[in-house]
Amino acid sequence: MDAVEHSPNTPLEYQTETGRLNILGFWIFLGAEIALFSTLFATYFVLDGRTAGGPVPADLFEVKGVLIETFLLLTSSFTCGLAIHYMRRHSLKGLVLWIGITLALGLSFLGFEIYEFIHYIHEGAALTTSAYWSAFFVLTGTHGAHVAMGIAWIALILIQLKQRGLTPDTSRKVFISSLYWHFLDVVWIFIFTAVYLLGMVM
Amino acid sequence: MKRIKSMLAFALFMSVIVLSGCSNLTVLDPKGPVAEQQANLILFSIGLMLFIVVVVFVLFTVILVKYRERKSGPEYEPPEIEGNVFLEIVWTVIPIIILIALAIPTVKTIYALEEPPEATAHKEPVVIHATSVDWKWVFSYPEEDIETVNYIHIPEDRPILFKLASADSMGSFWIPSLGGQEYTMSGMMTELYLQADEPGEYRGRNSNFTGEGFTEQVFTVTAQTEEEYAEWVDEAQDAPELTQEKYNELMLKGHAEEMTFSSTHLQWVDHGMDAEYATRVRNGLPLDEYKEGNSHGSHGGHEGHDEHKDHKDDESHDSHEGHENHDEHSKSEDKGTHSESH
Amino acid sequence: MKWDEFFVTGDPLIYGADVSIALTLIGVIFVLTYFKKWKWLWTEWLTTVDHKKLGIMYVIAAVLMLFRGGVDALLMRAQLTVPDAGFLDSTHYNEIFTTHGTIMIIFMAMPFLIGLMNVVIPLQIGARDVAYPFLNAVSFWTFFMGAMLFNISFVIGGSPSAGWTSYVPLAGLELSPSVGQNYYLLGLQIAGIGTLLTGINFLVTILKMRAPGMTLMKMPIFTWSTLITCVIIIFAFPVLTVALALMTFDRLFGSHFFTLMDGGMPMLWANLFWIWGHPEVYIVILPAFGMFSEIISTFARKTIFGYKAMVYSMVVIAGLSFLVWVHHFFTMGAGGAVNSFFSITTMLIAVPTGVKIFNWLFTLYKGRIRFTSAMLWSLAFIPNFVIGGVTGVMLAMAAADYQYHNTYFLVAHFHYVLISGTVYACFAGLHFWYPKMFNHRLNEKLGKWTFWIFVAGFNLCFFPMYFLGLAGMPRRVYTYGAADGWMSLNVLATMGGILMGIGFLILVYNIYYSFRYSPRETTGDPWDGRTLEWSTAAPIPFYNFAHVPEVKGHDAYWIAKKEGTDKIKKPYKPIHMPSNSGVPIIMSTFFFISGFGMVFSWHWMSIAGLIGVLATMVMRSFDYDKGFYVSVEEIEKLEQTTK
Repeated sequence: MDAVEHSPNTPLEYQTETGRLNILGFWIFLGAEIALFSTLFATYFVLDGRTAGGPVPADLFEVKGVLIETFLLLTSSFTCGLAIHYMRRHSLKGLVLWIGITLALGLSFLGFEIYEFIHYIHEGAALTTSAYWSAFFVLTGTHGAHVAMGIAWIALILIQLKQRGLTPDTSRKVFISSLYWHFLDVVWIFIFTAVYLLGMVM
Repeated sequence: MKRIKSMLAFALFMSVIVLSGCSNLTVLDPKGPVAEQQANLILFSIGLMLFIVVVVFVLFTVILVKYRERKSGPEYEPPEIEGNVFLEIVWTVIPIIILIALAIPTVKTIYALEEPPEATAHKEPVVIHATSVDWKWVFSYPEEDIETVNYIHIPEDRPILFKLASADSMGSFWIPSLGGQEYTMSGMMTELYLQADEPGEYRGRNSNFTGEGFTEQVFTVTAQTEEEYAEWVDEAQDAPELTQEKYNELMLKGHAEEMTFSSTHLQWVDHGMDAEYATRVRNGLPLDEYKEGNSHGSHGGHEGHDEHKDHKDDESHDSHEGHENHDEHSKSEDKGTHSESH
Repeated sequence: MKWDEFFVTGDPLIYGADVSIALTLIGVIFVLTYFKKWKWLWTEWLTTVDHKKLGIMYVIAAVLMLFRGGVDALLMRAQLTVPDAGFLDSTHYNEIFTTHGTIMIIFMAMPFLIGLMNVVIPLQIGARDVAYPFLNAVSFWTFFMGAMLFNISFVIGGSPSAGWTSYVPLAGLELSPSVGQNYYLLGLQIAGIGTLLTGINFLVTILKMRAPGMTLMKMPIFTWSTLITCVIIIFAFPVLTVALALMTFDRLFGSHFFTLMDGGMPMLWANLFWIWGHPEVYIVILPAFGMFSEIISTFARKTIFGYKAMVYSMVVIAGLSFLVWVHHFFTMGAGGAVNSFFSITTMLIAVPTGVKIFNWLFTLYKGRIRFTSAMLWSLAFIPNFVIGGVTGVMLAMAAADYQYHNTYFLVAHFHYVLISGTVYACFAGLHFWYPKMFNHRLNEKLGKWTFWIFVAGFNLCFFPMYFLGLAGMPRRVYTYGAADGWMSLNVLATMGGILMGIGFLILVYNIYYSFRYSPRETTGDPWDGRTLEWSTAAPIPFYNFAHVPEVKGHDAYWIAKKEGTDKIKKPYKPIHMPSNSGVPIIMSTFFFISGFGMVFSWHWMSIAGLIGVLATMVMRSFDYDKGFYVSVEEIEKLEQTTK
């Protein structure tokens, strides 16, 4: 299975059969994730405006916090890309450094998002308030849970990098987790536009 | 051969069943123009489909008989045939033609059923609000100012416009003799035109599963001549008025007998706009937003399977005449203030 | 919570079930202990990642579920035989038809097909296992635990009773306050994880692990059907995941997606459910089409007629399957344009399906038809499925559907397509590939008895239902009156149901009989097969192929046999194989615990279960086991004992 049949330029993560299979499988998994988030977005749009006399999004959304979250997550996607760049140059140190920064940015994103949620709940908009807020919290919450899972997962990979260094196996894991991280970034761009920007305008 | 014989025997057996069953195929025995259009469409499609079935069955039987191993012998080596583009085009195109032949009348009928029947389109339709509540039917005649439970009277040869809604779970309003069904949903109003061409008693029901009492969620439809219908309307208008308290009792889960009132619930609530009313009543939540301003909190204890057995004003229904004789609810209240909210 | 709310009480049927479940469990534990088989069970089966063994476990679980769903069906038939029967009350009847539908679709049809896919697909494409053997075990165990979670609702807490479609508001907390509905949500959710993983796993397997020479257009039709099914799974199942999660939030955490209060929208559920639900129908029918293609081609001794058309028609069906979901609720009053559009898209599905029917007929044409049990099921499929198909077209005509909807006409239609499509295929596939699973055939004589009795019973049971529908009998009523005039047809249907039950029992007896008395396979090619699975040895070694075969066409093994290239010996090379793992079953057990906690809103338990799931995932992440190599000597030794 792990036949060595690659050119010297093949990136580490693509050198083994397992690496190639897992990366393809993960792309397909991301396809399923797209279907999942599409369903959540569709639900959100169907329930948009059904606030049942309760608070409406335009009253609660604040540009500042959302912009900070967006900035943090977009930057983390960039630093994640830098990490892969260093991995391709076989620089474990650079890889670990940039992954560390990515994780820090991800954590601050989560912090701001949790703060934002608490703020809404204080203002009387919770999961149980109305159909609109149910859809809002489940859509953004699912994304947030994905980010949290991603942070925990990447932290585990970091430990494995420390234990084993850069091997076809560890680099495969890093690469796959980076795909996941970029994907979450893309989903956030949709949330930012479709939920927050439209929510503030409408 | 044994196989074919048993198949023939089976086909014969089936046709006997079919013939014996045909006598009560309600859907194919229409009593009004809507059901008639549908029955015609169904019969037309059965004809076309039988043609397909016969073609496939004949081919199937011939091929099986002709090419079975017992006949060809174990030495026969079949030719390798990869396919045949011409044949494959044929059995792609012919089904498409058949489907077009089906699609055109289908689409025509779909649109036709959204309008009152053509022959009587010039007549003013009778408007009846039909509301499903677990597990009963409430009907309101806004123009005549009548409300009935679990039965309706309609005039023959005149389109009836049913405005459908539900107070709670999703039901489906269906009178098979008069035409196809349509869902009743809370917070949403759907419209359905039906019409009876001859006087008679027809059975209507909820056909969409709504839980425990679903099977008995039925009503009767009495189609009458215009004169008889007018008589019935007059009589019904002598029935007591519907109070909100009485109406809220109907909102509780359970069955109900046939009832008649001389005012409608549309003065308090239009279930086509308001999805919450029945749930609020059942949970004793305030109904302040509604016109009467009463909170009816006392109904909070009536959740669940309330069969209405213990209600004090239950003893005097006369289900056949459709009257409910409450002397205290005389017609002294002004009905002119009722407004429809839709 | 009091104990009598926890355990279902008060019904002799359920006490009987309690006793039989307890006795069976005790019996199994006794037998395993007495024969000292615990270790064998753990190392050979519970921790296996071998696709063949997982496939066998899927099939066994599916047969058990077929029994459960079948008993439900017979109880319903018993209640409906005569008017005003008092055998079941309405609540009990509602529970039974709900579990019947859910179990048959989710826990019987899909696992049966996935089980056969597991056994056959790697063999058919010349692979030694699937792309992710570990994940494959996770798939099986999550399905199994999901199914068990759903099934224990029968004795603990109470069964769901809102129909397998679980339409809200009926299935919401307000109108269905019992925990039964939670079982539905969580059982399906957990099993759904497994299905999605299977979809990804087999898609990658088929895309990446085919034997050299097997281009996409040289894949066997069953492999093609599986590939397309996987794509449908990947895009359809996330929709179910979300829909179930949203209803779970509504019921457990007070959100308002589908509620009547605070702006919820019940119709959203119906849409989400059927956006998954209609593709789901094709998830269970396309693999069936694939199996019939293989079997018909084998026993007609001819290559499949119109291979390309067969492939393209499946692709078209898969595409259309996402564009027809509204036909499940034409009666919602969506308006003429919407209903016309979905009427036409639905009718269009008949075109590629018709192409397939004629291609099967012309595969038989000029063939040399052998009536084996597997072939009989495949042949009976054609006329029966045509009846189901043409009535499907009739249902697609929205204006007519207003009269068919929610009636026994619909019940007859979907049983005609699902039983004569999926169930016949499961039986056909079981007979056909049984030698690959157990190294002996099923007895042909008993197989034919099963076939004739079941098929006669099936037609007797469901054909009258078309007429019951036209006579105005709605589905899901628990009884009817004598004045309705529905009795005679219902009596016929019940007789048919009993025949189907007898057919099933003969099948079960056949499994036992053949295990005892059927001669063991010696060649690995009992039917003179055409595809690569028949080129493997008997008994089949765990690495499937000592040599990876070369492929020259979609009937690869047939061509090799013709050219005499099927027996060429080459020097062996070491074979890499994955290690067994106990993680999948432990992880799935934690899923079960978490799900059970959520059913009863015992949050400590659900959180503990989730922590267990995460812990097993971490364990897996730190596990760098890379499997093992089978040495050349070992291969030589094994190859001598087979064939």
